Amino acid sequence: MGRKLLTEHINVEGIETFEVYRKHGGYRSVEKAIKTMTPDEVVEEVKKSGLRGRGGAGFPTGMKWSFLAKPEGVPRYLVCNADESEPGTFKDRQLMSKLPHLLIEGMITSSYALGANTSYIYIRGELLYVLRILEKAIAEAYAAGFLGKNILGSGYDLDLHVHPGGGAYICGEETALLESLEGKRGNPRNKPPFPAVQGLYARPTVVNNVESIAAVPVIVNEGGDEYAKIGVGRSTGTKLFSACGHLNKPGIYEIELGLPVEEFIYSDEYCGGIWKGRNLKAVVAGGSSVPILPTELILKTAAGENRLMTYESLSDGGFVTGTMLGSGGFIAMDETTCIVRNTWNFSRFYHHESCGQCSPCREGTGWLEKVLHRLEHGHGHMEDIDLLVSVAKQIEGNTICPLGEAAAWPVAAAVRHFRDEFEWHVTHAKQAAQPGAVYPGAAVLA
Amino acid sequence: MAKITFDGVEVEVPDGTTILNAARQIGGSIVPPAMCYYTPLKGSGGKCRACLVRVAAGSTKDPRPMPKLVASCVTPVQDGMVVENTTSEQVLNVRKGIVEMLLINHPLDCPVCDQAGECDLQNFAFEHGVSTTRYQEERRTFEKIDIGPLIQLHMTRCILCYRCVYTADQIVKGDRVHGVLGRGDAAEIGTYIENIIDDDFSGNVIDVCPVGALTDKTFRFKQRVWFTKPVNAHRDCPKCSGNVVLWYKGKDVLRVTARKDEYGEVKEWICNECRFEKKETSDWTIEGPAHIDRSSVISANHYELPVLNQSVIADLPESTQRELEKNPPLKLG
Repeated sequence: MGRKLLTEHINVEGIETFEVYRKHGGYRSVEKAIKTMTPDEVVEEVKKSGLRGRGGAGFPTGMKWSFLAKPEGVPRYLVCNADESEPGTFKDRQLMSKLPHLLIEGMITSSYALGANTSYIYIRGELLYVLRILEKAIAEAYAAGFLGKNILGSGYDLDLHVHPGGGAYICGEETALLESLEGKRGNPRNKPPFPAVQGLYARPTVVNNVESIAAVPVIVNEGGDEYAKIGVGRSTGTKLFSACGHLNKPGIYEIELGLPVEEFIYSDEYCGGIWKGRNLKAVVAGGSSVPILPTELILKTAAGENRLMTYESLSDGGFVTGTMLGSGGFIAMDETTCIVRNTWNFSRFYHHESCGQCSPCREGTGWLEKVLHRLEHGHGHMEDIDLLVSVAKQIEGNTICPLGEAAAWPVAAAVRHFRDEFEWHVTHAKQAAQPGAVYPGAAVLA
Repeated sequence: MAKITFDGVEVEVPDGTTILNAARQIGGSIVPPAMCYYTPLKGSGGKCRACLVRVAAGSTKDPRPMPKLVASCVTPVQDGMVVENTTSEQVLNVRKGIVEMLLINHPLDCPVCDQAGECDLQNFAFEHGVSTTRYQEERRTFEKIDIGPLIQLHMTRCILCYRCVYTADQIVKGDRVHGVLGRGDAAEIGTYIENIIDDDFSGNVIDVCPVGALTDKTFRFKQRVWFTKPVNAHRDCPKCSGNVVLWYKGKDVLRVTARKDEYGEVKEWICNECRFEKKETSDWTIEGPAHIDRSSVISANHYELPVLNQSVIADLPESTQRELEKNPPLKLG
């Protein structure tokens, strides 16, 4: 049984209220940080912890904080990215609705460390019910003196706002999020300048994921070194995984990084195996934007070692035989899944969500979707398969923001690992276009 | 100052200069193409990705190559930076891809498009693209939008460069009513564009449009641009600088535009009165033939006579020699 650092009290009745949360040790980190530590010491603890961004990119949080420009007399901002909307990823929503005070505690402690006097939680527009939960919790924190002027008599002031977005996936990209927060169309900005130098309202800004900020109280309470003891190598601490798809027990699991993927899928403590006793066909391990891997490669690396739930192990083999930990959106697909249909479905999403600002993404995502639509509906040609790879390559790395990659990677990986299935959609077009049709295996191609 | 190496050529530029502008200081054919960047428009650039280059070394301090290609129009130089443009096969391949992407929803109706001959996309595709497309799907089309008697909006040809949006934001006065609606390949220039048309400087959207999406209704289809003769002229205008180019066909002024530099960027904005209402030679003080230094069919017509030296002239037929001596712009070497 792994340690639960963030979700230990998630099932305690009334934990969403200040009173119950406080009774279970809530807001200790705020007291500890503000009363006994300098902001730089808090940053140092986060650095020591080895915490890496839980939103998908996995960049070390402490290092990101230390990049923050600190010009005299200029406000700095902390913005929490709560615009979770990657298909397959739903961990932040749960964390915020069940443990709103954990996020608020993290925001206060982190804002203190960064010297921010105004902080924002930018939340996805569709999560209005979570917004209300957070607003209620913020009001409680203000009433208890943990927010507002002169927090705990320390002279430190902090205002915390929750800001709902319009419900666009692109607003989860940090610079598009800042544009949206400023009241503009959520188009990503060109980088440089990076938000750490010129972020919200052109001021130095740190943008962190909900889960990253929620981990800060634990790190401050326990100490960075203690936190770093959990996990494997550079993948320290615990991580929330939102498991979905054809699993017996889909749900949100907090695991210690380093758990074997096989154990995560098959042990009763976690996902409990594949539903209806079927076989696993493929897994998307970190939200729909990361490369899909077939069973043999998700359970073992190409070198035959057990694949672990860590940043390094999941990406072992690069994109040829590996994938990414991403945001932890773990989508399992059983043997009845049509990979072409699934890829088309992902592509529809990215086509719909592209902001349209830069040409490769604006035109390329639509192109991918249309070719996949053709293949899935029995109108594809053999050369379409290479066309998909080529178009994905034209998008990847050439766009303003990573949405281009998010659209290109799943397509390129699906063709890489399941090319025979794509070919079957051409050679057996009529059969493949039937609703629910599934590739029966390589034998039919022989 | 920062010293950078661009395609093997060293150039020293002030700190904060973008890679593209550093390349422009070198000039010539190694300058990356730009479809959306426009120096006079603040905030433009970074969108079309036509100007992507490879940074083989970030700076003297950190000589590592940048992991991805960067948009040269918005990336500032660093001292010691090494940039590859025409020398990088990767860059040239990506550019082929960008042309293909841009031409997905831009119709190839150059034979009837009024922008033919001075279309940046036409030049970009000619220099970097391939003659075939792999796109088989239906292309996007739009209902026609009437935006008044002076400017024609053809959304079908728009490549979403945002230049007209920045023009409306920065040049045209009044409330912001012009922007981009929708997203992805369904994005389009806002229908409220008609609300900016009454402004005295709205005609500048025609000059900044790199393709034929915004054209001059008072000139449309009157003449192919390469059959007209550009002449620099000025007038005493209370609203703008009054420095323009008159496009002649015979004795008639068919069109008035702002003067542009070698990268097709407007040097000085002109007002609608100069652009649309002053089409008589008597309205203007003529300065002489305009120099169109762009890689397009316009400059192929050689409106300026080449600088010839005496030995070349000596080989010309007598009648031509007499004609050349009579022609004032000729510089005899």
